[in-house]
This record gives sequence, structure tokens and C-alpha cells, in this order.
Amino acid sequence: MTSARANSETLSALDRPNSYIGKTVPRPNLDRLMQGRGLYVSDIELPRMAHVVFLRSPHAHAKINGIEASTAKQMPGVIAVVSGRELSTVITPWVGVLSHLKGLKSAPQSAIAVDRVCWQGEAVAAVVASSRAQAEDAAELVSIEYEELDAVTDMRTALDPATAVIHASLGDNLAFERNHDAGAVDQAFAESDEVVEADFVFGRHTGVTLEPRAVVADWNAAEARLTIYQGTQAPHMVQNIAALHLGLKESQVRVVCKDVGGSFGIKVHIYADEMATYALSKLLRRPVKFVADRVESFNTDIHARDHRCKGKIGVNRDGTITAFEIDDLTGIGPYSMYPRTSAIEANQVVNLVGGPYATRNYRARARVVFQNKNVMCQYRAVGHPIACSVTEGLVDLAAMKIGMDPIEIRRRNLISDNAYPCASPSGLRFEQLSHHAALAKLIGMMDYDALRAEQVALRTRNIHRGIGIASFIEVTNPSAAFYGVGGAKISSQDGVAVRLDAQGSVICQTSITEQGQGSESLTAQIVGSVLGVSMDRVRVILGDTDNTPYGGGTWASRGAGIGGEAALQATKVLRKNILDVAAAILQAAPGELDIVNNAVVNAVDSTPRIELSELARIVYFRPDTLPPGIQAELMATRHFVPREYPFAFTNGVQASWLEVDIDTGFIKLLKHWVVEDCGTIINPQLVDEQIRGGVVQGLGAALFEKCVYDERGQLTNANMADYLVPMSGEMPDIDVGHVVSPTMESELGAKGAGEAGTAGAAAAVTNAVNDALRPFGTIITEIPLTPQVVLTALGRI
Amino acid sequence: MTAAVAISLSVNGERIEANILPRLNLADFLREHLKLTGTHVGCEHGVCGACTVRVNGDIVRSCLMLAVQTHNATVETIEGLSDSGEIADLQSAFRERNALQCGFCTPGMLMAAQDLLKQSASLDREQIREHLSGNYCRCTGYQAIVDAIETTAQARSGRLP
Repeated sequence: MTSARANSETLSALDRPNSYIGKTVPRPNLDRLMQGRGLYVSDIELPRMAHVVFLRSPHAHAKINGIEASTAKQMPGVIAVVSGRELSTVITPWVGVLSHLKGLKSAPQSAIAVDRVCWQGEAVAAVVASSRAQAEDAAELVSIEYEELDAVTDMRTALDPATAVIHASLGDNLAFERNHDAGAVDQAFAESDEVVEADFVFGRHTGVTLEPRAVVADWNAAEARLTIYQGTQAPHMVQNIAALHLGLKESQVRVVCKDVGGSFGIKVHIYADEMATYALSKLLRRPVKFVADRVESFNTDIHARDHRCKGKIGVNRDGTITAFEIDDLTGIGPYSMYPRTSAIEANQVVNLVGGPYATRNYRARARVVFQNKNVMCQYRAVGHPIACSVTEGLVDLAAMKIGMDPIEIRRRNLISDNAYPCASPSGLRFEQLSHHAALAKLIGMMDYDALRAEQVALRTRNIHRGIGIASFIEVTNPSAAFYGVGGAKISSQDGVAVRLDAQGSVICQTSITEQGQGSESLTAQIVGSVLGVSMDRVRVILGDTDNTPYGGGTWASRGAGIGGEAALQATKVLRKNILDVAAAILQAAPGELDIVNNAVVNAVDSTPRIELSELARIVYFRPDTLPPGIQAELMATRHFVPREYPFAFTNGVQASWLEVDIDTGFIKLLKHWVVEDCGTIINPQLVDEQIRGGVVQGLGAALFEKCVYDERGQLTNANMADYLVPMSGEMPDIDVGHVVSPTMESELGAKGAGEAGTAGAAAAVTNAVNDALRPFGTIITEIPLTPQVVLTALGRI
Repeated sequence: MTAAVAISLSVNGERIEANILPRLNLADFLREHLKLTGTHVGCEHGVCGACTVRVNGDIVRSCLMLAVQTHNATVETIEGLSDSGEIADLQSAFRERNALQCGFCTPGMLMAAQDLLKQSASLDREQIREHLSGNYCRCTGYQAIVDAIETTAQARSGRLP
């Protein structure tokens, strides 16, 4: 492990005695979840609460010619049956575009479809009743007359002149196109010893949060205030959007986010059915609850990664990579999602391909097209798995072409660890990465040479094992460059307020949110360390727009790096304020004092001077005893946003060791390794578990997960039995190692770690499969690597 | 089949009398009628395991069982196992190993794990992984859960972890 800090002011918060920074401590408040006493949105009940069930289109594309609900409205418990047109009196439509994604276009989308449905699963009407069962009973009696329209389902023909245009007002089915050209690509290919091309295909998949999306909206007509209980990653974003489209001020909307049953980017968007639920509460003047069932989740939770990408790499016989070129195509459904848009993933692919490597020659085109399928948008590690699979697949193909070991070609081309700061050909700015240190560490952890020997020995017994390597970079700590510059009201800064209460305990309010990553823990660790109090005295409040500072929330691996720094800075101010008061009480100079173990002590010899509880008692109850002119401020607030770099890039490398059964096509994962560099590590265990969880989501994409649509735009596997995800029996143990290159942009030095695992897992597995299948002379560049794909590649079926 | 049916059962040691519709499943009965919301509903078709409870000592998917089927039965949920202290050591191992993130699968995971631990405390990782293969976890990648159960098994059988 290497660590260097430029910021070496006296007794940094990171180095204080009894610091929790860098220590594995259990997350606070886990008992609540382990005893089944959490509060997920699906658990919430309010007085007069009604339940909404949505009727959803069975067609991928159809006109709505009529909705007949008179019988349904007579059913027991039914409060209302509401169409899209009726709801449009309460809520306005939206268009999912951002100005910095030049040329991105989309059509207005309504909370409930008006006149036309554009994907199978789009809501057509809402049935609101006293219980969910009653609403479902009534929904069966609503009859909707559809007139089917041509459905655009294949992204490859979406732009053909013969293909129907989904939104006539847009002129065509092209949502967004980006072209990038750096260096001298044509010349580089012409002068290369070898040029290798491949087509990469990625299965459309989704997040499958174990708790489905859920919302309780509570419009209080007398207060003229809407309270939204929702499992969201970004409460202030939801507040802004709900207010905007319901004609309210933000101060009239409160968003409360308690426990969240999985998010992974699925719960960072604004969904039409959630908007409809807010509007129904306002329309009906009572609390309304919506909990998606699992079929609805598959049909309406955002999908991701539906990409087909042509890739090309030039290489010389000495291993030098001369150029990368890609042509990426992705289908995003009928609308660009709101408010983050559905162009970000393709944009990321263009940004990230070739990112770990030194070559300056890079050309890319990405096209984003509309289709009559469920919407696609940002899911954990947005774009990274595509870019990493294409880049690392091409690098392995190049190595194979020139007969070089995959480790060796990476050694010769990864950006040197002492080359920073530098920029990629796509314009990404890297502060400090550590590709070579990470690769060296990985080789040691996995005992690369021994595995190679084992592989050779087993091949003689017709056992086919493979090793796959994948280096990657990861976008973390995004500044306003991600969304704010494009006009989205999604904050890139976060705030933390921290105060000493009357018994010497600490209450900390932060604008980052918790979905199990450990936001609460890392905040308490930082506050406890900087202030000098034990963690059990720190209570962290998150997920409430009325009770936290304004901020972005938890997404894009930003919680620790941005929210953590705000916590550090706020606590430094509180610490200074406490020491000022203590100095007044003790008739000492503030510089002579410190806070250790919940007490003010002498800085030189740690002699206890006054307990924080006693100091708080004096400040709050006997301020009359303080010297004249002393007004204690035992609360401090600070905000933070990175300004130097648009993103704090991290890096890492993964390796997969697996066995392919060439008779059945089954792949058995034997072991997986990750080395990554997220800068300062606040809690090693939590970081490692983020990595492992991320890897397994990437392994799901590699082997199992795919939303299977037929040619008419029908999702044919919208249930957990047919849509496969990783289960414990198939998953390997995952070893995680670290290199530490703190960012100098913050005192904390933390970068993100939430998406690193997902970024490179599929690439490592695909490369390992191709390595295992080398004797058969076949290459697979498609995921998921189902037995059918493997056996087809082997010519067995 | 639309008239309410009277049932009598024990839930976490408490006598419960209820009039319920025959179509009501056990998960909804526990959550909506008894307000025992620790039993989670993830898929409603018996795949994810989040709704796992014990009925007469055996673990079942409460979304696949009708509440009327529990007439005269003994039902135990995560709240009951927690309050009795039966799984205190397992919960402690989960906490120490961070074997939960969002926590939505955790009650079902603990139920399934305790079921295995009661069968045998002499477990290897493969057996643990196999027994949990009906419980979906989307956050952890399973390794920490397997570790926590392995630690508990070792402690219960008197072997040091």
C-alpha cells in the first residue's frame, strides 16, 4: 500500500489519536434491519391511505381508443379510476434532455399515457382503492380499446428509412449522436503491424432491486404540502421535479427516504408511475401508496446496457497499441429518461474506451436510438462495463494476434504511474492513477504463473480453464459537469450540519443518502474522528429534505468523496468552536487544548480538562457563567463540491479464473480478484463489500442476466424465475486488494468505490472464457455467456 | 371462496384469532394484518426468499402459502427469532462481517441460515452456498453472508473461527 499526502497540516483529522478513518468498524443501526424492524416504503401506512394499481399496456406501441371503467368504479373499495388525460390536469409532462448533450432530443412524456402507449408496461390508467387487492380486483374490470401500431424493436434497423418513426415530431428515431476523433487514427491503423476488429454485443439487463420501487405520496390540502416517502437515492432531486410538475414551490414538497431495499441506480430516476402517484394524492387529497409488483419492476424499472459496439485496435509486434476505434449503437426505449437522460451511457462509452492506455489515437461514434421497449437509463457503473469489455476484449485480441501474454501487453501500454496528471484522448483528466501498481499487486495475489501452469496441465486432461484480466477506470465524485451544466437541478455539492447536543452527543445531518453502502457509518466515522468523540455518540440523519442540508444524494460513487469531505470540514469548524468555548471556560488558549475520547484535554499531555457533556451543560443551561461576549456556536455546517477536476477517476484491475464445460457450455467461476484504488479508505470492510457486491452484479451480466424481448416488443422473461441473477451457489469467493492514491482535491482524499466491481467483472470473465477456449480457435464477444452462446461458438449446436 | 374464514394460530408465541379471506397469502397476513413487516415481499412468486418464515418448525415461502393453511399452526417470523435470542449469535456475526447492505433480504437470509445451522453445525462453504441458493441477495455478492454463517457454525460447534 502506498500513500502520500501533500496536505500535512498539524494533526490532520486523518491522523488523530483514536481515529476511525481506515478502520473496520461495524455499521451503526444494523440491528434494526436484522430484526426486521426497518422502515422500507413498502412498510409505511398512513391514515386514510389508498392504494394505486396501474393498468399497463400489453402492446409495445398502440393507440388508446377508449377506456371503459364504469363497472370498475362500482366495485367495493374503489375510490377512483383515473386516465392519463384526467391526471394531466394536475401534473405536466416532461422531456428528458440536457443542454450539454448537444442534439439530444426526446418527446414529452406523461405520468400516465395519453392517447398512445409506447412500450409494453406503460401505464394507461390508475385504479385507486382502499386496499391493493380491491384495486387489483377492479382493474380487471377496466376495458381498454387499443389499436396496435408498428413497433420499432431492433436498434439495428431503427434508423432505416423504412422503419416507422415513433415520435413524428422528432423526425426520426435518432435520440443522440456523438462523434469523437483524436490523434491520427487512420494513419495509426495504416502503420500498425496488425489490426484486429470485433463486434461486441451486450444483453439488455436491469437492476432487480429486491424491494421493488415504492412510494407513498401524502398531499395535505390544509397545509398545501406534499410529503413523499420514497426509496430514492436523490431526495432533493425528487423534491425539485415533483414541485416543478405539480405547480408547487419546492418548499411545499418534503421528500423522506427511510430504509431502501436496494437501489444500484435504479432508484435515482423519476418514473412516470411515481409521478402519477404524487399527482393522484394531490387530486384525491389523501395519501396514496404505490408498490410495484415484480412483473411491473421488470417492465418499468430502467433497463441498461443494450449496446452493440464495433471495435478496432491497432498493434505493433512489440506490443505497442497504436489506436482504438469504436462504433457504438444503443436502443433506449421510446423516451429519454427524466431528468438524467438516456444518452449518458453511450456518452460514457465514448469517454471511457481506451481510458487506461497510453495511445493518443482514438476515434468513436455513438448513436442512441428510440425503440418501443422499456426505457433504458443509468444503472450501476453507467457505460463502464461496455467500455471495459470492448477495450479489454480488443487488447486481448491484439495480444493473441501477436502472440503476447495478456499481462505483458498491458504492462507495455497502461499509462505509466508517474505520468500524472494527464488526460485521455477523449479529454478525461486524470489526477493520479496507479494501473501498474495495481496490476503488479493483482499478479501477486492470484499467483499468475502458477495458474498458467495449472491451466496447461489441466488442458492435457481435457479440462478447459481460463484466466481473464481487465484493467479499468471509474468515474467517481462527479462535479457539476455531470448534470448541472446541462441544466438539470441535480446538486453536485453536498452539505453536512453537525452539532453538539446538551449531553455531549453529536447529531449530524447529511445530504447524502443510505441504501446499505455505509453512508451513515462513514459519516459517523469521519465526525467521530475529527471531533474526538466515540462513534456511538454520533447520530447521523439522512434522507429528509426538511431535515438535512441541500445536496445531491448517493449515486455515481460520490457519497464518501463529496459527502465525507463536507462532514470533515463541518466537524473541523465545530471542533474549533468547542475549543474556543472550552478555552473560555478553562481560561486557556484554544491552541493548548484538544478533544480526545469525548473530553477536552491538554494538547501536550492529554490531561483531561472538561468532559464534553459538562461543556455542553454549561453552554446550554448556564451560559450566564461564561465570560462576557462569548456566544457559543455548537453547530456548524459546511458544503463541498470538487472544483479542480470534473470527476475523480479511480482505477483498478480484475482477474477471473474459471472453467468452461465444452460439452454443456456451462461456465464455473472458480475465483475472482480485484485490485482497485479509491484513494483514502474510510472503512476497509465496507469498501471491500462494495467491490464484491459490484463484481457480482457484473458477473450476473456476464453469465445470466438479459431482458429477452420478442420481435413485437414483448418482454418474455419478466419474472424472477426466468430472468436469472447470480445466486450464492454459482458465485466465487472474491479477493480484494488496494492501492491508495488519495485525491488532493479534498482533505479527506477519498474517491468512490461503488461501481469499480461492476465496471470490469464481465470483461474479465469474457476474456477468461476466450482464454479457456483458445484450443478451439473461437472467440466470443457477446454477453451474457449462456450455454447456448458458448456451444454455438464451439460449433456444437 | 369469498367469505372470510376464521383461523387460530400461534405467531411468535402469541395466540392469534383472525377472520381472513381465503385468498390472502401468509406474507400479506403477517405484514398487513399483524403488522409484522420484517417479513419482506420481494417477488410474490416464491423465488427470492425474502418472505421466508417458519411454520411448524420448517422454513417456507410465506408468499406461496395461504394464511388459512396456518390454522392451528405455529408461525415464527424474524421478529420472534430476534426477541427470543435464538439467532443472537448469527445476527452478531452478520454485523461484524457486514453481511448485509440494504437489509431487505436479511430476515429471510437469517431464517434460511438458522434452518441450516439447526440441521448441522459442521458446515463447509459449499454446503452453506447450496442451502442459501434460494435466497436472493443483490447487494453483497454473498461472500460476507457465507463467512458470517461459517463463523457461527464454527462457534456453535465449539471450534474457534
